Order: sequence, then C-alpha cells, then structure tokens
Amino acid sequence: MPTISRRSFLVAGGAAGISACASRGTRRDVAPLDIPNETRADAPLFFNAEERRFVSAACARLIPEDELGPGAVQAGVPNFIDRQLAGPYGQARTWYMQGPWRKGSEQQGYQLKFAPAELYRLAIRNLDAYCRRQFHAAFADMSNSDQDAVLTALEKDSIELVDVPGKTFFTMLLQNTTEGFLSDPMYGGNRDFAGWKLIGFPGARYNYVEEIEQYGMSYPLPPVGLLGRRGGRTRKI
Amino acid sequence: MATKLAAVDAVIVGFGWTGAIIAQELTDAGLNVLALERGAFRDTIPDFAPTHIQDELRYAVRKATFEEPERQTLTFRNNSGETALPMRQLGSFMPGVGVGGGGVHWNGQNWRFLPTDFKVRSHNQQRYGKKFLAPDMTMQDWPLSYDDLEPHYDRWEYLCGISGKAGNLGGVIQDGGNPFEGPRRREFPNPPLKRSAASLKFDEAARSLGLHPFPCPAANTSRPYKNPLGIQMGQCTYCGFCEWFGCGNYSKASPQTTILPVLLRKDSFRCKTDANVIRVNLDSSGKRATGVTYVDAQGVELEQPADLVVLCAYAHHNVHLLLLSGIGAPYDPTTGRGVIGKNYSYQMSAYIDVFFDEIVNPFMGAGALGQVVDDFNGDNFDHGPHGFIGGAYLSMWTTGGRPILQHYLPDGTPAWGSQWKRAMHENYLRASGMQIHGSVMSYRQNYLDLDPTYRDIYGSPLLRMTFDFQPNEHAMMKFTSQRAIEIAKAVKGVRGLHKRAREGHYGIVEYQTTHNTGGAILGENPRDSALNRYLQSWDVPNLFVMGTSAYPQNAGYNPMGTVGALTYWAAAAMRSRYLKNPGPLA
Repeated sequence: MPTISRRSFLVAGGAAGISACASRGTRRDVAPLDIPNETRADAPLFFNAEERRFVSAACARLIPEDELGPGAVQAGVPNFIDRQLAGPYGQARTWYMQGPWRKGSEQQGYQLKFAPAELYRLAIRNLDAYCRRQFHAAFADMSNSDQDAVLTALEKDSIELVDVPGKTFFTMLLQNTTEGFLSDPMYGGNRDFAGWKLIGFPGARYNYVEEIEQYGMSYPLPPVGLLGRRGGRTRKI
Repeated sequence: MATKLAAVDAVIVGFGWTGAIIAQELTDAGLNVLALERGAFRDTIPDFAPTHIQDELRYAVRKATFEEPERQTLTFRNNSGETALPMRQLGSFMPGVGVGGGGVHWNGQNWRFLPTDFKVRSHNQQRYGKKFLAPDMTMQDWPLSYDDLEPHYDRWEYLCGISGKAGNLGGVIQDGGNPFEGPRRREFPNPPLKRSAASLKFDEAARSLGLHPFPCPAANTSRPYKNPLGIQMGQCTYCGFCEWFGCGNYSKASPQTTILPVLLRKDSFRCKTDANVIRVNLDSSGKRATGVTYVDAQGVELEQPADLVVLCAYAHHNVHLLLLSGIGAPYDPTTGRGVIGKNYSYQMSAYIDVFFDEIVNPFMGAGALGQVVDDFNGDNFDHGPHGFIGGAYLSMWTTGGRPILQHYLPDGTPAWGSQWKRAMHENYLRASGMQIHGSVMSYRQNYLDLDPTYRDIYGSPLLRMTFDFQPNEHAMMKFTSQRAIEIAKAVKGVRGLHKRAREGHYGIVEYQTTHNTGGAILGENPRDSALNRYLQSWDVPNLFVMGTSAYPQNAGYNPMGTVGALTYWAAAAMRSRYLKNPGPLA
C-alpha cells in the first residue's frame, strides 16, 4: 500500500472538497460548510437519531409542558443530556471502574461496569425492543398514556431489560432530566430559565445582605445565569 | 529506586486545614517545612470567584472539588460476613482534594464538643451504671479534657472569625447562646449572622416548648473581620453557595482566607501539589520515620527525607497510610487487639422538611445559618428512661436553595410529571429543612483495614471500611427525631411536614456527612490506641497524625471545631517540648 503523509492527504482532500463545491454551483447551496469548525448548539454529540427520539419523548413525559409553562423538551433538556453523556460524566471519568465486578447490596451502591453513556445506549436499545414487542411501536411513537405506563413500570422495577437493570436506568434518566431542567443554562438545558422561573430561583446572584431580613417578601429581580440574562447560550463542555 | 530529594525539617502530608495550621506553627518555630498535596493549587481568585462559583451542577452534583474515586477510594461492607465492594462514585461522604482540602467546601458549622463528650465511657458508666453500655461498645475516654482544649478552641475560633453568641462565659450562663456548652474564656469574635425567616420561626417554636434555641456558631463572617494573623475577611453576603463550593467573598473561613496569605510568603515553607504520598518510610529499627515516598503528576516516584512527618490527610487516608507503611499493629475485630483501624465511626442524621404558608426565600442563606437546640445532645438530658447514650442537635437550616439538590417536596409527591412540576412551583420558596444531627459510638465490629482484592492506581490495596449503625444509635435517632417533630409541629404557619427518617443499615450511596472519625485514635496507652494525647504515634515518635482519625468515638457535633483545637493543642506540644527534645511526649 502506498504511503501518504497526513499533510498531503489533507491538501488532496481539501482540493477535492473545493472542486466538489464549485461543481455544485451557487454559494448558497454550500452554506452549511461556511462554519465547518463549529458545532451547532443543539447538534447531537452522543445520541444517534433513535436515541435522541427516545430521550426527547421520555423527557416530555417526565417534565411535561403544561399550564405552568415549558417542559423539559422546551427547556432543552435532551440537548443537555446529550452533552453530559458526551463529556466526562458520560464516560464515568472520575469513577472507580476496576474489577472484579460483583453484584452488591443496596447499601454498596452502583456496581455495574457501564459508564452512564453505555448504560443509556444499552437501556434505550432494550427498551425500544420491549416497546415494539408489547406495544408494536418504538417508545417515541407510543401514546402518552402508554409511555407513562412504561416509565411507571421502570420506576417500580417491574420491567426486566436484557442488558441493564431498568430501574437503575430510570433513576439516572430522571436525575439527569432534573439536572438539565434546573442547572445553569450554559449547560444546554433550563433554556430561558424555564426551570428557575417555575420555582422562583433567581439564579447565580451572590448578595442578599439587605433582602434576607425582608421577611415574607418576594425577591424582585429576574433569574440570571453565569453567562448573563439571556438564558439560551451554551458553552462547550 | 525512587529519586531521593534533599531533606527538610518537617514534611506534611495533605495541605488542608490541619496541614496549614501545622505548617504555620512549625515555620514560626523556625523549621523548614514542605507540604505535599495530592490535588491542585487553589485560591479565592481565580478558583472561587463569584463570576462562576454559583454552579450547582459542576460543584455540588458533578463534585468538582472532591476526591475522584478513580484515583482514590475505599471498599465498603456493612459487616465482616459480606464481601466489601468499591465505592465507585462518591456518595455518603465527600473528602476534598486540592489545597485547602475540605476547608474550601465546608458549610462552616463550627462546634465545641461538650465537656462530657471527652469522657463518654466513664461519665455514662458513672451516671447510668456499667450495664447501660452494650458489651460491643468500644468507646474510650479521651486522654485530655475539655479544659485542656479550651485555649485551643479559642485560638481556632479567633483564627476563623466565628460568628456566634456565647452561652457560657466562665461558668456564667448567657442569654441567647447555648446554655449546655462548656465554659468559654470570652465571647465569639463576631456576632451571629443575620437570621433567616425559617430560623426565626424555629426559634419561636422551640422557646414555646421550653427549649433553648440559639444561632449555630458560624465560620461565615457576619461582619468584616481581621484575624490574629492580620488577614482580612469580608462580610458574608448570604449567597447560599457554601457547602460544596469555595467562597468568592473571603467570608468563609478556610486555609485560603485565614492562613495562606501569611504562610505562602515565608521562605521556609514550600508546597508541592499533585504529590500523592504512598507511604511513610521507616529506618531499619521500624521506630523512626525517615520521610515519605510520593508519586508526582508524571507518575515518577520520589523519596522525601524529613526529620519530622505529620500526616494531615483526610481521616481514612491517614489510616490507609499507616496500614500501607506498616506502622502500628492493625486492628483485629475478632480478638480486639491491634490499634490501626480501630473505632472507625461516623454520624447519624435525619431530616424533616417543613412547608410554610408564606415564602421564606431559601436561596438567601449561609452554610452555618441556622437555629439549633442542644437540649437532646450528648448527656444534656437524663438518658435513664430511654436506654441509649449520646444524642443529637436539632436544627433549622437556611444553608441555601440550590434548585437541583435543595428543593423539598411534600409527602406523597410523585417524582415526575405535571404533579411534580406543580409541587415544585408551589413549594420551593416556602420550604426549609430541619436536621437531626447525632452522635455515633464506637463498636468492636466497626473498623478499617486493607482490602484483599481491590487496588488503587498505584497498585496499593484499597482501604476497607466495615461499618453499620447499631441499636444504640437507632434508639438515639428515634428519640431525638420525635423531639424534632414536636418542634416542627409547634412552628407557626406550617402546612405540612415531610419526614426523611434514618432507619435500617448504613448505606454508602446517599450523602449523609463527611464526618468520618477514628481508625488512628488517641489514648492513654499503646495497647488501646495508635496515638498519645499529643497526636504522636506511640510506635514512631517522629510521626504525628492530625484530624478526626484521632477521635475515639464521635460526638453529636460537626467535628471541625474540635479538629482545629486539637491541631493547635498538638502544635503547642511540638513547639514547647518536642522540638527541644525530640522523643516520646507521653
């Protein structure tokens, strides 16, 4: 096999790219290539399309949009979870992950060899298979009441999945959904401070010297995040 | 062979609270001191600045300032019949890592132990009879008294600028303070913090029941304060990001805000970060430490010779290092012989969430902003009719209202869906948490040793923790929780309570407290203890071991105040006696 240096490969590839674009005509057609080094704020970093559909559907039931305002999906939580799973949390970077692996008591805590990202991937695959068998549809395509029934069964530990304990996955999914709804918007969830507005938390402020003794009074200022008041900006993890 | 470095007078293992105090004291005494810290350097600016520290996800949920189990953890089981398994993620307790150690992320709830806490065995036997103590209890009296420690408590409290109200000045009970505390020589350096709405409501209710509420002594400064080292602290702004967070306002006492600005300027002091000490080295006699071996950030093993070694790592890391270094006889629970790993203990806590009619703005808070009653702690009440010893303080905290981990919901609220959302909407601003914070005695069957299976990244066996709550503690918790419920029911304007009881086995998953104690305890003689009354190793006299590992059992108070006092007590003995004539002090 002829060798090719990385540099010459890039040059060759680049030239091919330019000629391909040129052959397709107008500049407008190639607009997405205008930002080749940027990732769109909501572009999936970890989930594939099916996983993304599952997580969005589950988030919509865990924290629904209703008369009190936006739910987890409107607040960007699926995007938050995707970014968390693509980062150090998803890879369990700080966890002790050496064997031997044994099933322990409840008091001994998590003893699975799966990092969160792997747990999601296996659980979603298992759950969609379960839903296709039981409901003849993927989870995302089921009715709200059927979705709620599956989530409730997971919560009560009454669905046995092939690869992972269903309740462990449910607990993690609910925890991450809550995190996404209530953490600083710079992580991709809590968009427009939806979660903080729902509960009345004014955000990343740091001085209540006067207000703390104004008993029974509402705090008057709106929520603020660590990147400001816009509430929709995200930064890379 | 590890590269051998130039010798220093004293090497300190771990650069948190106790390491900073010892370094300050020994450099003042003229020694060349090197501190080895496994984590990174951190300071108020830039690491804790209010431009980014109020990040609950990063610090409280993903635990950015804590030790990483990937690098250092332990195995756990409830009893010796089980196989211990690794603590793969942090949970029940969260030791800090990095310069400042746990002093960076603590709440600042600062206590003295009761005079009777120092003689738990003899005092309780005397008052209630020998049969009152269960046969498997292994408590030992401290080999020093409250009066011995009092000057050192005072020194620690003035270092930190503690905000509080004395309850006992020289034996005279004071209005507004804790009437059960031991006598103090003078008032706190700063007045109590401003009171939150919830703490005032608790205060009124407790008084109506004839109890004695007072503000928790706080290592959060209620006003600008210059400490005896000349270091300026700022007034607490009640931002509600104390525990799990560094303070960006110079208001929470930490090594960074009370000692380091002076210590780091000294030519006789150095600190190496990313330095993981893996053992204490001994000479051929096994009676003298020659220094320590550590692994640096690149994985290179280095030998650091020193005349004096002071272990200032977290409680169970001190014990781990002693076991890995072969210092002292490992404890054997079947014979009761041996001392290293003996009397590991903890604390026991439960919660009552209180829901008010009106808003109480939980997010305006401080780590030690709370009202407390001490009527049911230690031996402040007659245990005769109840059949247990020890107790708990009962408190209403306003430590903060971080939305992910500090939202409280009424009993029966679903964990998700529209009903959960409505409950969040209706309760977040109107809820506050009461705590029952109780003592744990020591037992023959609760101990630390080395795990036979699991190893850390340096190839050393992990520490193994064998621990469970015992009947005495369950009885204590049941009794004190009942008293807390009575207070909660007497609070005006309350529409509901949610009790989060502590029952059954101890588990390592849910956060409880980072108040681990014992394993290298101090005592009267080398048969029963690892250390003498000056925290000096019985076996290796040029080795001292600081911190809560020295506690023979745990009292019902957050342990840091006593750690601070004990460190000053040991430092005073080193300076006045040991350095002049190195050798056994007892």
